Amino acid sequence: MKLEIRHGRLIDPARGIDRAGSLFVGDGVVAGFDERPRHFEPDRVIDATGCVVAPGLVDLAARLREPGLEYKATLESELAAAAAGGVTSLACPPDTDPPLDEPGLVQMLKHRARQIGVAHVYPVGALTVGLAGTTLTEMGELVAAGCVAFSQADVPLSDTLMLMRALQYAGTFGHRVWLRPQDPFLAQGGVAHDGEVATRLGLPGIPVAAETIALSQIFGVVRATGVGIHLCRLSSAAGVAMVRAAKAEGLPVTCDVDVHHLHLSDIDIGWFDAKANLMPPLRSTRDRDALRSGAADGTIDAICSDHAPVDDDGKQLPFGEAEPGASALELLLPLTLSWAKAMHVPLADALARVTTKPAAILGIETPSLATGMPADLCIFDSDAAWVVRPEALRSQGKNTPFLGLETLGRVRFTLAGGSVVHEEG
Amino acid sequence: MRNPQLNRNGELTHLLTLEGLPREIVTQILDTAEPFVSIAERDVKKVPLLRGKAMFNLFFENSTRTRTTFEIAAKRLSADVINLNIGVSSTSKGETLLDTVDNLCAMNADLFVVRHSQSGAPHLIASHLNATGRTHVHVVNAGDGRHAHPTQGLLDLYTIRHYKKAFGELTVAIVGDILHSRVARSLIHGLTTMQVPRVRVIGPRTLLPTAVEALGVEVVNDMREGLRGCDVIVMLRLQSERMKGALLPSAGEYFKHYGLTAEKLALAKPDAIVMHPGPMNRGVEIDSPVADGSRSVILPQVTFGIAVRMAVLSIVSAS
Repeated sequence: MKLEIRHGRLIDPARGIDRAGSLFVGDGVVAGFDERPRHFEPDRVIDATGCVVAPGLVDLAARLREPGLEYKATLESELAAAAAGGVTSLACPPDTDPPLDEPGLVQMLKHRARQIGVAHVYPVGALTVGLAGTTLTEMGELVAAGCVAFSQADVPLSDTLMLMRALQYAGTFGHRVWLRPQDPFLAQGGVAHDGEVATRLGLPGIPVAAETIALSQIFGVVRATGVGIHLCRLSSAAGVAMVRAAKAEGLPVTCDVDVHHLHLSDIDIGWFDAKANLMPPLRSTRDRDALRSGAADGTIDAICSDHAPVDDDGKQLPFGEAEPGASALELLLPLTLSWAKAMHVPLADALARVTTKPAAILGIETPSLATGMPADLCIFDSDAAWVVRPEALRSQGKNTPFLGLETLGRVRFTLAGGSVVHEEG
Repeated sequence: MRNPQLNRNGELTHLLTLEGLPREIVTQILDTAEPFVSIAERDVKKVPLLRGKAMFNLFFENSTRTRTTFEIAAKRLSADVINLNIGVSSTSKGETLLDTVDNLCAMNADLFVVRHSQSGAPHLIASHLNATGRTHVHVVNAGDGRHAHPTQGLLDLYTIRHYKKAFGELTVAIVGDILHSRVARSLIHGLTTMQVPRVRVIGPRTLLPTAVEALGVEVVNDMREGLRGCDVIVMLRLQSERMKGALLPSAGEYFKHYGLTAEKLALAKPDAIVMHPGPMNRGVEIDSPVADGSRSVILPQVTFGIAVRMAVLSIVSAS
C-alpha cells in the first residue's frame, strides 16, 4: 500500500520542522518527506489540506484492563480508542489482575496487541511481585518478554529499603524505574486534595505533603544510588518546584503530568461529581497553573493521558466509594493542543510532549517523519471542534470529567506501520 | 454545577446542605417550625399535611436519635413511615445504593430521609432522581459522612434564635472535633448565611480541617481564649475511636484542654447558652454540672429538632 499525504502541515518535532508539504508512505515507512520518491505511484491519496501531519502520539500511561479486568475494557476497545486519538504507541501500567509480574502475562499481552495491530503496546512491568512491595520481580525475564520499564502503578512502596534496593538492582542492568510520588501514610484514606473544597465537602484529604515528602525521599535515593528515575503524574506546584530544583542540581530525573491535571482543579468536583475522582487527586487552581507552566518550560517532560476506563458501576457511587480514573486516550491530543494554545507553546513543542519526549522516557526509537522511519502517523485538524459525549468515545469506559466539553482538535487519520488504522467517517 | 436541592423555580425540593441555601429559605424553615413546636403541646399532636405520603428512613449508618425524631416528625404530619436499616440488609447482599433507591421508588416512596457514612451520598440520590425525571420524590439529608447534617444545623439555628432573638450581634463558638463533624459544617454554613458576625472554631490542630478559615470562621486553639465574649457555645461529640491515637493522646487530656467546665463557661458572656447535638460524653467534652446546668439548652434542642424536621418535610413535599 502506497500513500501520498498531500498538502498537509508537516510537523516533525524530532527535527524541529514545521512546514507545508506532502508525505509519501510505502512499505510501512516514510518513503519521502516532501519529496516524491522516483517511480512512486500511490494506491491512495489522502488530502491533508488544513491538517497537521505529525508522528503518532506516544502515551506513557494507558490502562487497557487486560488481563483480568475485561468487564471494564478490552484490548480491542482501548486500542480502537488509541487509534481514534492518534496514539500509535502506548505504555500500559502493571495494575492489571493479576499484575504484570510474570513474563507469560507480558508475552500474552504483547501477542494480543500485535494481533490487533493498531498501536504498539509497551508493557510496564511490576517492580515488585504482586505489586506487594516486598519481593523484586524477575526484571531480566520481564524485559525479555517485552517490558520497557518497571513501576508500582498506583500502589505505594512504603518501605524505603525496598525503594533503595529496587533502584540499585534495576540500575545494575539499566532497567528503567517509574514511580508515582505519594507517601502512603499521608495519603491513606484520602479521596480528594486536602484543601478548601475537601473541607467544604467533608471529603478525606490527601495533602500536598504526601507528594513532596515522597519526592524528597525519591531524590534522596537517586542521589545515593546515582540511578535515574521517571516520576509519574506530578500533581502539585510544590512538586513541580522540587523537580525543577532536582533537574538544576543535575539529578537524572524525568517526569510527566496527565491531561486532567493540566486542565482541572478540585473545584471541578462540584457537588461530589465522581467523574472527577482521580488519582492523584485534582488539586488547587494554583497547583494546576504550576503544572501548566512546568509543562511549558520543560520541567515536566511529557504529557500523558493516564487513561483508566471505569464502568458506570464504578462511578455511580458516593464520591469516596467511586473508583478513581477516567478515559482519556481520545482526549490526549485535543487537551494538549488547548493547553499549548493557552500557554503560547508552539505546536511543534507541544507535540514533542506527546511524541519525542515520552518516546525517550520509554527508550524507544524517536518518532519522526524522516525518510525511512516507520510510518506511525497522526493526521489531525487542529481547528475542528467536537463535543466529548459518551457516544463519541471509542473507549469502553465512558466516564471522563470532560463530558460535555467542546474541544478543538480532531484526528482525521491514524497510520500505524503505514496502514490506515483510523479514518474519520 | 447547580446544587440539585433547588428546583427550577428556586424552591427547596431536597434538603442536602445548608451551604449556599438562600437566607429566605432558612428563615422560611425556621418560621414554619414555630407553630409546630406548639402542636407537641396539644392533646392531638397531629396535622394532616403529609397524609397519604410514604416516607422512608434510609439509614446506612446507625442512629437512634435522628431516625426517631424524623419518624416522630413525619407521624405528626400524618405520613406513613417505613424504617430501613440498610446497614444490615441490602448492601450486604451487594445491592448498590441507587438500586435500593430505584426499588423503593417502585414502592411509591415520596420522601427519603438518608443517612450515609459517605459524604455526598444524598447528593448522588437526589441527582439520580432529578436525572430520571422523578422530581416528585424528595431527599432529606440526615447526615452524610463529614459533609452535612442540615436539619441539625437548622435546629441549632432555631435554638439560637429562640434564646437570642436575633443573629446580627452574636459570637458563636463551636468546640471540639471539627474535622470529622458534619454538625459543625452545617452549623457554620447556617450561621454565616444568617450573618452571624463572629463564628469561632476551637480545637487542637489535629481535629481542625485544612483551610477551615475559608468557611468564614476564626480558628482558636486555646479554648479559654476562644470562649471569651461568646453568646453561644456548641460542644461537639468526640467519637470514642478518636480519643486515643494519632489525633489525641487520651480522653482525659482532651477534657483538660477542651472539656467544658463551669470554670471555662464563666469566661463566656453571663447569659451564654450551651448546646450539644448529642449524644453527650459526660466527662469528655462536657462536665455534668454544665450539661445539666441552667445555661444548658441541650434538651430543648431535641424538642425543637422535631418541629424543624416537620417544617423541612412539609416544605420539600410542597415544592
